[in-house]
Amino acid sequence: MSEVQKQADRKNARNAWALSAPALLVLTVAAVGPLLIILIYSFLLPGKYGNVEWGFSFDAWRGILVSKDIFDGTYKLADAHLTIFWRSVKLSLLTTVFTFVVGFPTAWFIATRPPRWRAALLFLITIPFWTNLLIRTFAINQIIRNEGLFNTAMIQLGLIDQPIVIIYTDFAVFLGMTYVYLPLMVLPLFAAIDRFDMRLLEAGYDLYASRMQVLRRIIVPIVKPGIIAGSILVFIPSLGAYVTPRILGGGRNMMIGNFIELQFGAGRNWPLGAALSMTLLIIVMVALLVYVRFANRDGGHG
Amino acid sequence: MSADAIIEAKSVTKTFGGPAEPVVALDHVSAAILRNEFFTLLGPSGCGKTTLLRLIAGFEMPDSGEIRLDGEEIGHLPPNKRPVNTVFQSYALFPHMTVRENIGFGLLMQGRAQTEIREIVDRMLELVRMVEMAERKTDQISGGQQQRVALARALAPQPKVLLLDEPLSALDYKLRKEMQIELKRLQHETGITFVFVTHDQEEALTMSDRIAVMSNGKINQIGSPREIYTHPVNRFVADFIGETNFIEAQLEKGVARLAGGARVAIETGHADGAVTLAVRPEHVRIATQGAQGAIPATVADSVYFGTDSHVYLALDDGTEVVARLGTDASGHSGPEAGDKVFVDFAPGSVQVLEA
Amino acid sequence: MAERGFSVSRLPGFSTVAVMVFVALYLPIAMLVVFSFNSGTSVAIWEGVSLRWYVSAWANEQVKEATFRSLIIASAASIVATTVATMAALGTTRRKAFKGQTLIYVMINQPLMVPEIVTAVALLIFFATIKVATGYQGLGYLIAAHSAFCIPFAYLPIRARLEGMDYTLETAAADLYATPWQTFRRVTLPLLMPGVIAGMMLSFVTSLDDVVITLFVKSAGQDTLPTYMLAQIRRSVTSEVNAISTVLLGLTVVMLTVFFLLTRKKD
Repeated sequence: MSEVQKQADRKNARNAWALSAPALLVLTVAAVGPLLIILIYSFLLPGKYGNVEWGFSFDAWRGILVSKDIFDGTYKLADAHLTIFWRSVKLSLLTTVFTFVVGFPTAWFIATRPPRWRAALLFLITIPFWTNLLIRTFAINQIIRNEGLFNTAMIQLGLIDQPIVIIYTDFAVFLGMTYVYLPLMVLPLFAAIDRFDMRLLEAGYDLYASRMQVLRRIIVPIVKPGIIAGSILVFIPSLGAYVTPRILGGGRNMMIGNFIELQFGAGRNWPLGAALSMTLLIIVMVALLVYVRFANRDGGHG
Repeated sequence: MSADAIIEAKSVTKTFGGPAEPVVALDHVSAAILRNEFFTLLGPSGCGKTTLLRLIAGFEMPDSGEIRLDGEEIGHLPPNKRPVNTVFQSYALFPHMTVRENIGFGLLMQGRAQTEIREIVDRMLELVRMVEMAERKTDQISGGQQQRVALARALAPQPKVLLLDEPLSALDYKLRKEMQIELKRLQHETGITFVFVTHDQEEALTMSDRIAVMSNGKINQIGSPREIYTHPVNRFVADFIGETNFIEAQLEKGVARLAGGARVAIETGHADGAVTLAVRPEHVRIATQGAQGAIPATVADSVYFGTDSHVYLALDDGTEVVARLGTDASGHSGPEAGDKVFVDFAPGSVQVLEA
Repeated sequence: MAERGFSVSRLPGFSTVAVMVFVALYLPIAMLVVFSFNSGTSVAIWEGVSLRWYVSAWANEQVKEATFRSLIIASAASIVATTVATMAALGTTRRKAFKGQTLIYVMINQPLMVPEIVTAVALLIFFATIKVATGYQGLGYLIAAHSAFCIPFAYLPIRARLEGMDYTLETAAADLYATPWQTFRRVTLPLLMPGVIAGMMLSFVTSLDDVVITLFVKSAGQDTLPTYMLAQIRRSVTSEVNAISTVLLGLTVVMLTVFFLLTRKKD
């Protein structure tokens, strides 16, 4: 490499960093930096009235899985914590699977319309995506609550006497998350299907494949990067959901997000909250790494 | 340095890519471009012609060597400090400005007065026949019109040299022919030196005062179109410019002897040994009867092209030769496949290349 | 409907599911909007058209304050985020690979990857410490937090616009005697403008919608519209919230429409 080029490269990198510096500063102060503070707090002792006391301890991390009996000092599994973790993972997986089951046909439908229709339908998917999550969850709340539209209609039609209790159940949270995160599944699926060469289907049918065989052996393998992207995009926010379980799950059907909040409020155990946050962060990062590996391996189809 | 040169490149080298795989775009290239000439850089893609143009414009800096404009070293000046303007292959018209604003941009940047800018732009609009389109946005005019605006924009600041980077490649055949004439006219009217980059040899031959034929980062030959066509210095030039028959031969005492034993007259002054003879197809003559020195051959195929037809011949020794024959009014084109004929070459048409 | 010939791209049942999905997506929102005009208090029984909830929301001091606060935060955050994101996009796009490139990308997109609740908790701890140390309780914390999570939303459309931009235009400007600064001001920036406006609108909408981070960062009495609404939903006094939601919804749709018109590719 020539000296001229080396100089140009150095100047190039310097300019890139200088121009990015203000953004990096804002992010360091108000997004990335504070994450390090949580890490530190997760190794401290809880203060009596919230906050922390300075003293190194693994208690918070241990407290995620086991609890210490206050009377005899023995350790046993923290059932309540595990229930919350399990509920979070279960509901997030269910949400991911169900949004895929209904999202895939939707994305396919949009991608196979004529161009003008396609743009309009895509816009219709995008509006809810950008609409306030709170408003959308609230809309579901109004439909499924005991005196809501669904139960009122059913009673007036004489189908039931008593309202069916949906709100403040796990099912309500699942329904709400499916509703609010569906666009996150449809959009990447659409992007993948849109690039799909429909002539491959003609080739498939020409070679005696049935519709189901074409779907299973041609379409799904080729749009797999979109499926993985959509699943990650739904799974990650589902796992960290706060608003939806709070509005539809009530106080008892907590997910990790609400449980973390509890530690900083009534629970007054900031280190445990910090450790739980780190745990959630780690799960999300692992999911993202898996995604990056999958995406790179299957990138060739894109 | 030659007194008449406006641009001189001296041993210019330019490399791209990292240290692991350096790509040499220009390899110690030297050339002098004369004042007021239409100079063409011709060669296949990747030969370095565009790199040389970009070095003159200032979009790239040379690794080593000098570039002089009017005797002054400019190799390390940024493009905005060089009195040289470019017509880009993609035109690069500013889409957020009108035709008038585009043409006036360079003048505005030079800090000229508004009235002066207006006056020059008006003159430029007239020069490229775009007066009615002055207030249009550049996406509201056709490809040929965009081409004219790009020309006017580059000419408006009256550069010492106008650089044209394959400006006609995006136009269709008919428009391209028109623009070739237009470009010649503009060059005459403005008296500005044009440096034109193209891979189209026909374009180069019809437009240029002089041509530099490039390959692999080097200049093979610089000369007038006639010189380059009739006296190519090597096989690459002969092959790249027009169609050529290459025939292997042995030189003995100033006479070329083909593998089959036939003798061919050549220019004097070549050393004995193995050589390659180059003959243009239009200089290959076909006769049905063997005159003195004619070479017996068999017609392998004959392909009709409208204005002429190509006759594919096999000489006695197996060498393949193509002849180009004009067609008469009836469209009849002479020999047909299988015919036994005799071949000879027009006097002075055989070039001897270093083998 | 009878099948007209054999369509290769048709898969059984897909259209039915898709139509149901569109209905399911819009029905709850539509109901929410419809019942914002209900004259009764129920969200299930229609009693007649009325603007009473809009009137009462408009008259509500708390709503006014929260709205005003939301707009201040969203405006400030979107201006900060768009400014720094524009610079970052210029710094990281259309460049030869350089050292630390990936780190910058990860930093900028970090707010999209880390769960909001985690960032919210982190900011709660961090800002609580600063609040104690400095005594400052103002909107600065919310503006800083919002600016940070808006950066990727501003960065992405600007970057996309830059990537689609023809680099030769700037080369042409330099060729025509423009200095680097003139090139930026007269060519790069005007051409980048639709991306910048799009980025600013997305940041504005994102800031306006935020609940979780605001909830954890705000000091007492600093409710924004979403946190105010969240508190109201809990108390089940909701018809006023329907009216506010409808207005917010309208605002989002308008912004998005403008965004789409701005970023639409010309064919």
